[in-house]
Order: sequence, then structure tokens, then C-alpha cells
Amino acid sequence: MATKLPAKDVAIIGLGWTGAILANELSDQGLDVVAIERGPWRDTATSFNIGYAADELRYGVRLDLFQQPAQSTVTFRNRDQETALPVRQWGSFQPGNGVGGAGVHWGGQTWRHLPSDFRLRSHLTERYGKSFIPDELSIQDWGVTYAELEPFYDQFEYLAGISGKAGNLKGVIQAGGNPFEGPRLREYPLPPMQMTYAPTLFAEAAQSVGYHPFPSPAATLSADYTNTLGIRMGQCTYCGFCVGFGCANYSKASPQTSVLPVLMRKRNFEARTECEVLKVNLDRSGKRATGVTYVDSSGRQWEQPAELVLICAFAFNNVHMMLLSKIGRPYDPNTRKGAVGRNYAYQTYSSVQVFFDDKIFNPFISSGACGQTVDDLNGDNFDHSGLDFIGGGSISCQPTDGRPLAHLPVPPGTPRWGARWKEEAKKNYLRSFGFASQGSSYAAYRNHLDLDPTYTDRFGRPLLRMTFDFPDNDVRMSNHVVDRMELIAKAMTPRHYVLDRRARPYSVVPNQSTHNTGGAIMGMDPSTSAVNKYLQSWDVPNVFVVGSSAFPQNPGYNPNGTVCALAFLAADAIVSRYLKSPGRLLET
Amino acid sequence: MSPVRRGLWVAGLAALLATGSIPAADMQSFATIERGRYLAVVADCAACHTRPGGRPYAGGVTLQTPFGTLIAPNITPDPKVGIGSWTDEEFIAALRDGRGRGGIYLYPAMPYPAYTKMTREDALAIRAYLQTIDPAPDEIEPDQLPFPFNIRATMIVWNAMNFTAGRVAPDPSRSAQWNRGRYLVDALGHCRTCHTRKSLMGADESTGYLQGGRLGSWYAPNITADRQKGIGRWSVGDIVTYLRTGANAFTLSSGPMGEEVTHSSSHMTDSDVEAIAAYLLSLRGTTQKSPRPLAETDTRMRAGHAIYEDNCAPCHNDAGTGAAGLFPRLAASPAVQSDDATTLIRTVLFGSQAAATPDAPTGPAMPSFGWRLGDAQVAAVITYIRNAWGNAAAAVSPGQSRMVRRAHNVP
Repeated sequence: MATKLPAKDVAIIGLGWTGAILANELSDQGLDVVAIERGPWRDTATSFNIGYAADELRYGVRLDLFQQPAQSTVTFRNRDQETALPVRQWGSFQPGNGVGGAGVHWGGQTWRHLPSDFRLRSHLTERYGKSFIPDELSIQDWGVTYAELEPFYDQFEYLAGISGKAGNLKGVIQAGGNPFEGPRLREYPLPPMQMTYAPTLFAEAAQSVGYHPFPSPAATLSADYTNTLGIRMGQCTYCGFCVGFGCANYSKASPQTSVLPVLMRKRNFEARTECEVLKVNLDRSGKRATGVTYVDSSGRQWEQPAELVLICAFAFNNVHMMLLSKIGRPYDPNTRKGAVGRNYAYQTYSSVQVFFDDKIFNPFISSGACGQTVDDLNGDNFDHSGLDFIGGGSISCQPTDGRPLAHLPVPPGTPRWGARWKEEAKKNYLRSFGFASQGSSYAAYRNHLDLDPTYTDRFGRPLLRMTFDFPDNDVRMSNHVVDRMELIAKAMTPRHYVLDRRARPYSVVPNQSTHNTGGAIMGMDPSTSAVNKYLQSWDVPNVFVVGSSAFPQNPGYNPNGTVCALAFLAADAIVSRYLKSPGRLLET
Repeated sequence: MSPVRRGLWVAGLAALLATGSIPAADMQSFATIERGRYLAVVADCAACHTRPGGRPYAGGVTLQTPFGTLIAPNITPDPKVGIGSWTDEEFIAALRDGRGRGGIYLYPAMPYPAYTKMTREDALAIRAYLQTIDPAPDEIEPDQLPFPFNIRATMIVWNAMNFTAGRVAPDPSRSAQWNRGRYLVDALGHCRTCHTRKSLMGADESTGYLQGGRLGSWYAPNITADRQKGIGRWSVGDIVTYLRTGANAFTLSSGPMGEEVTHSSSHMTDSDVEAIAAYLLSLRGTTQKSPRPLAETDTRMRAGHAIYEDNCAPCHNDAGTGAAGLFPRLAASPAVQSDDATTLIRTVLFGSQAAATPDAPTGPAMPSFGWRLGDAQVAAVITYIRNAWGNAAAAVSPGQSRMVRRAHNVP
């Protein structure tokens, strides 16, 4: 059936950020690497031609860059008692597809998690006592510490040309940066982006109510840059077509702009596009991967033997691949046993829209990450004693776009069409902006991923089933943060403001965030985590699973900075330790 | 060394001197073969004799000439289909005189009008190197020309009119570096093959040396020190960086020059590239005084400016300054102000990818605009960039754009 191909040292599933980073690091060691990517090849000038890169109908509405639900989707339900149904049109989240993956359509917000985020359960227990953690939550420590991850954060920031201002250099708090962040060894490679008016006004208001605003770290570059691989990147033009779009200007860090020019030149690297991996093949013992089987665009099946298999697809697609390949023990929410599918989490997003009469914001001058953030209400940056929740969220004013189709804010009560709507749309287009909280999403025992018993994909494989609702803790957390966002809004004295609070049940329809996490989480205990602190499968040691699937729970930030730092961490572990005794579980 | 062995060595040397010939063993020495390898790279033999993805020097590259199609032959040592059974003298005759085995006349797509200036020593080194590579069995029929050009004897007349065989003596009034530069440019590098205007017979014009030439739908720009149309505003360092990496602070290489950089000049030694730069900068330009730019109020300029702002400014900037190593600078650019706008037209219509080299791996690409801009718009925007920011050059007509489009069968 499947034609067997000559063996490779490394087979990588998915050529997005993590696949590209690992491919580049491992091919630097002389390993023969193949990346197998389900979607098409994408390159800046040909795929994101500036003449159509900003086609909002094609990319913003019809979601051209994303995984096509007809090719593969997930089924969804809020709780175990319900029957999950397939998501046939993306809404709440939009998984990427093709070379570059989510690194093509992301907005470029590039965070380091807080040091306390990595030791969440230990930290909260130490500070508030064990009983303070709500029973519904299955939060865990990551197994890796902030200090261990710092050099890998740095490596990614200098690869991507992140524009920002350090708030903590080697333990010394820096004016103008985030005073809550963990210590970093050096500044960002580029200074912050130029600030537009809306974030400036937000920062003034936030400061007036006692918070500590700082420029959001951005992968949309504030200046021309040559990255650590010698690749040139250009200054961002603030065109506002980042989120959901590919960058035409070599200005938003992506695998295309930051890694592939060097990677694709290597003779010991090969990318096979429009090839969908069906499963990771295991030997008879089930403890060693022998390679992968994939289908090419003509429907032909191929077996690609490899010594090492890296699962580098999107978060929940990683979990899907593990379940289909029978790597690790599936999680059972009733017994709370098993690791694969455990601790699926999301982002508890909430926002405030403010409307003015006398202020003009020019929303079309923007980038996916240009803005200001306050971190005072994130993680455990504030005392939770006496509060009825744990966690928090960053609050950012990053007006990502002023696109003509989707960006037409009108105050509540406005008709959906007709002369009144036109009048309000015209009146408010320039005079309104929003700011939002990336609220933490803390894993709960009942939220999980498994294989759907009913629905299958075009190859007859069970779809991934997602069971998720916001934990009560997260709703309380979000409301607390939104109440403080309201104070910031009021301090701006707008004509009007609208709060968008999160409430149960979680709906998979309105767009919120493509920050899906967990399901193949890292940790120190094989019974409660799928991979060890180096992203290595506990059960099949020649498989590494890299992505936000490894987050034990999701902190209050956009995930990609940590996703890529973990990719560098895994690469370092493979190069410096794994390759010395291949096939063995690394000691942790 | 023992006395006995030293004696043998001396005897051997004496015998060698007595015969007076260059020892055959020399041609097999690592130093000679390695020098031959380097010279083959400098002469960019692979540009025509190695097909992309094909065996090294096995031929097969198709060359479109104004007279028809030629296919570069197999020059590996295969005795049947390659040149392994050729004598050194046959090889040198082909390289320097345009006469193949048995005296057949070669077409000057093989740049023997340049290689004729090559020293015998260098030619033999290349020969020595080519004898060491893997023989390839690729059988190539080079000649695909239509009548009457397929009659090789026509080259007798061509050679008589256009070809001067022979080496060029070093100019003692110039530095060794300058002479080396001239040798590299004229003989090995055969720069004039592209960068000098061709006559109707396909020969280099005697005038206009390195002042630019047409190559299909590419225009190889003026590479003299002309400050308007040439590289007179570049420093030696700018030229060295360009040839070594394919990109410098002003521009990036693409098209045929991108291939040249990739396969040839990026592999040259620093001293050779510096010699080329020194020589090129010694060639005085011919622009007496800068031409006057078109007025900003010219309707083509106004239309071009608007098109530029919408399509080009995001990368090349409002001021036409671009970004070093990523987006070519258009202001004060010799290529933009070339007499012949063919490269500009084709780049706007079809886009173009810059060469990627180890030291400049980005290889950014210009997107195509032919699907979006009509010929009048292409003409207007090119006319604009040729006359904005202090640039000055002749306007481009919609008909010129149409011709380039048609030549590529693109609607």
C-alpha cells in the first residue's frame, strides 16, 4: 500500500515555526531532515504579493490561509454529557495551514511567560496554601523553569527581531519596560514600534489608575534587521494586515522571513508540501517510532522511515497525531488517568470598546502587535488573598487593523444595516478603538481532547473531539480583570464604552483567539504529562511533541514566544544530549 | 633526506631541465588542478555547461540566441560524449580560437572572443581540472540552429569580421591589480559578453565597452564608472560586497547576474574581486552632464507617482531609498537610469528573485505586477522612478511594456 522511501535521520510533521526551528538546528548538525507539511508551499513574493496580500475578502473573511474544515476539523462539545458536532466553519479559533503555519497569520505579539507561570501549582501552594487552588482545576508545574528557558527565549527574540523594551535586565527593573517580567540577560534586539494614538491614550489612562504600561513586544519590526541567521528583514509599514494575513514586506517575523531562506538552501533538508501524515509508525513494542506514513496530493501513500520523529503541527493537531498513532495513554476525565488529551486549555479573552466624539485614531495605521500593555493584573502579579479565583490576564491596547470589512465598530443599539448603520459606521470608524485582556485559561479536569466516536476525516480517521467550557475560576478571574479594564476606560472619558465579558457556556462560534493549548503537556510525572521537560514523549522516546500542546495550562499571554522558546529548548536537548544516546529517555 | 635520495632527486631535476619541457607531472599536481577548478569557477563554465540539477559540466543548458537555440555540450572527460579524448591543443583551440575538434567552427555563444585573451597556463589548468571530474554519459546535440546559421562555415566570415585572436599584453603603466582586474573582466569573466552592446551579427560592438547590453529581456547595465548610468557612485567596497554576496547597500543581483554571483563571483578570492572593482572604476563614464528629469507635472509622472505610492512605496519607500540587502534603492540607481529599460519593465511585469549566497542568504523577491498593472501604468510607474528623487532618464512607452509582455507570451 504505502511505498517505502529511503530512511531519514529526522522526520518532522508540520513546517511552521517549531518545525522550521528544529529542522534548522538539527540540519546544522549534519542530520538528514525531511519536513512533511499538509498544506501548500508559501513564499513572500508569490504567496503574499503586495497586490493581493491585503485582500480582506480572501484572507479575512474566507480564511484562505487556514486549515480547510473539509480537509480536517475538530468536533466540539461543552461537556461530556453532550454529543460533539464537527466545526464546519472556523470561528472561535482558526488553525493555520501550509508552510509557515500559524507563523504566517499571527499578529506578532511575542511574550515570555512569568517565572511563576512555570511553577504554577507550587508557587500558588507556597503563597496561598494548597486549599486555595480550586478543586475543578488540574493545573501543574511545567517541569522547566523560567531561568532554564531564558536563553531560548533570547534565541527566538533575536531570530525574529522582536521590537520591545526590557523591563528587567538581570534583576534590575528598567524604566519603560514591563516591571513584572522575569529577568532577561539583554535588551530586545530592536526598540519598540512607534506608538499610535490609541495605545498612547490607553497607556496614559492605565497609568492614571495606577498601572504600569509599557510597549508590547512585537514581531512586526520597528527597524530593518539582520537576524541571527544572517537573514535581512524590513521595517514594518504599519499597514494593518497582519492577523490572518501573510506579510508582503518581510516585516513580520515568520518562518518565511526568519528561517526558511537559510533552511531551504541546505542539501540535507527537504520540505515535502501537500503531504499529510496519517500516523507515526511504531515498532511492535509500541515504544519506538519507525517513521511516518503520509499521503501526497495525488492520494499516494508513502512510508518515510526515520530515526527521530518530531510532531510539530498545530497544538490540537499534535494531540490528534499522538492519539491516532497510539503514542501515550489517552486521558480519561472520569478516572483522571492517562496523559494524552489532558489539560486542554484556551484563552479567556475579554475586551472593552471605547467610543469618542473628539478624538481621531486612524485605525488603519497599525500592526498586529503595535501597542501598549499593562501586566499588573496578570498571573500572580497581584495578591489573590481574599479573592475567589487564581490567574489573571495581560491587558493590551493593540488596535491590529482598520480593515474596511470587519473593522466597523458601532455602539450598541445601532441597526445592523440601513441608513442609521451607515451613519454610525462612518461616524465611529476613526473615533473608536478597543483594548483586550488575554486572560489565563487554567486547565480543568473535565476539559480534554480525545478521538471522536462518530465523525471521521477524508481518510476515515476519527476526528479530534474537543470538550471544553470555561472553568468557574476563569470566569471569575475574567470578570475581575474586566472590572479593572472598565476603570481604565472611564479614565479616558469616552462618550461611550462597551464591555465584552466572558460567560459560560464557551461558544465555538464567535472569534476569540487561536491560542489553543495543552493535550500533550510537559511535566515531571509520566502519569500526568505526555512529554518530559524536553518535549520528549515519555512512552516513545524517539518522538518529540513541540508546540503549545505542551503548555500544562495557558498563562495570560499570546503563546508563540514560549512555543518557539520550547522549540529551541527541545533542539538543544536533542543536539547536546539525545543524539549521544539516541532512543533513550533523557534524564530529567 | 638521505644523500642517496638527494642524488636521485638532483639527477631527475637535471634530466627534466635537459628536455626543456613543462613536466607533465605538474599538470597533475593538486595546486594546478585546484587552480583550474578556481579558474573554471571564475570563467563560470558551469553557467552553460551544468544544467540545474544535472551532472557537473555534463552540458545540456539551452541558450536562446537571436539566431536560434544552442545547447551547451558535455565537457566532462567522457571519451565518447565528452572531451576526455581531446588533446590539450584541441582544448585550447576551442577555448581560445573557437575551433572545435577537427577544426569545426564554434558559435560565439561559447565566449571564445573573451577567452582568447586567456593565458595558455590558465587554459591548461582548466583543462587539468576538467580531466579530474566524473565523466558523464550525457549525449548532447549542441546545434539546434535554423538554416543558414546551422552552417558552421558561416563563422569563418563572422570571425574574420568580428574576432581578434590573441592575448593582451599587460599595461606596464598600470598597477598589477589593475592588470589583473582587466584580465579577469576581459578574459575569464567575459563580462562584455553581456555588458557590451551587440551588433546585428551578435558581436560585441567596438564602442560602448561595458556600457550595457541587451540579453533577451534582461538589460545588463553599464558597469563603467559613469556616475549617472554606471557604477561610478559605488566604492571598491560596494562592488566587492555586490560580487561576493549578491547584495550591497544599493541593490541586489537577480536574473542572469544573480546566477553569475551564485555560481562564480561569490566564490572568487577577495584580491580578485578587488582587482575587478579597481579596474571597473578606472573606466571613465561617457555621460557629460546629467540629463534633465521630466517635470513633476508631466501627466505620466503624476500617474506614475500615484501608482508608485500604492504598489512600490511599502518596500522601496517614498524616497526610493529601499532597504539594504532587501529592497533595492531606486534613487540614484544606475540600473533604474539605464538607457534601456528592459530589465525594469520585466521586473515590474514578472517580478524577480534576488540571488541568495551564504553571506546574503535572504534572496528576497520582487512580486509580479503584470496581472495588476496595464502597459500604460507599467510605463508610467517606470517613467516616474526614472525621473524622481534626482533620477533622470528617458520616459518609457506603453509599447515597450507591451513588447516585453508579448515576448513572454503573457497577456
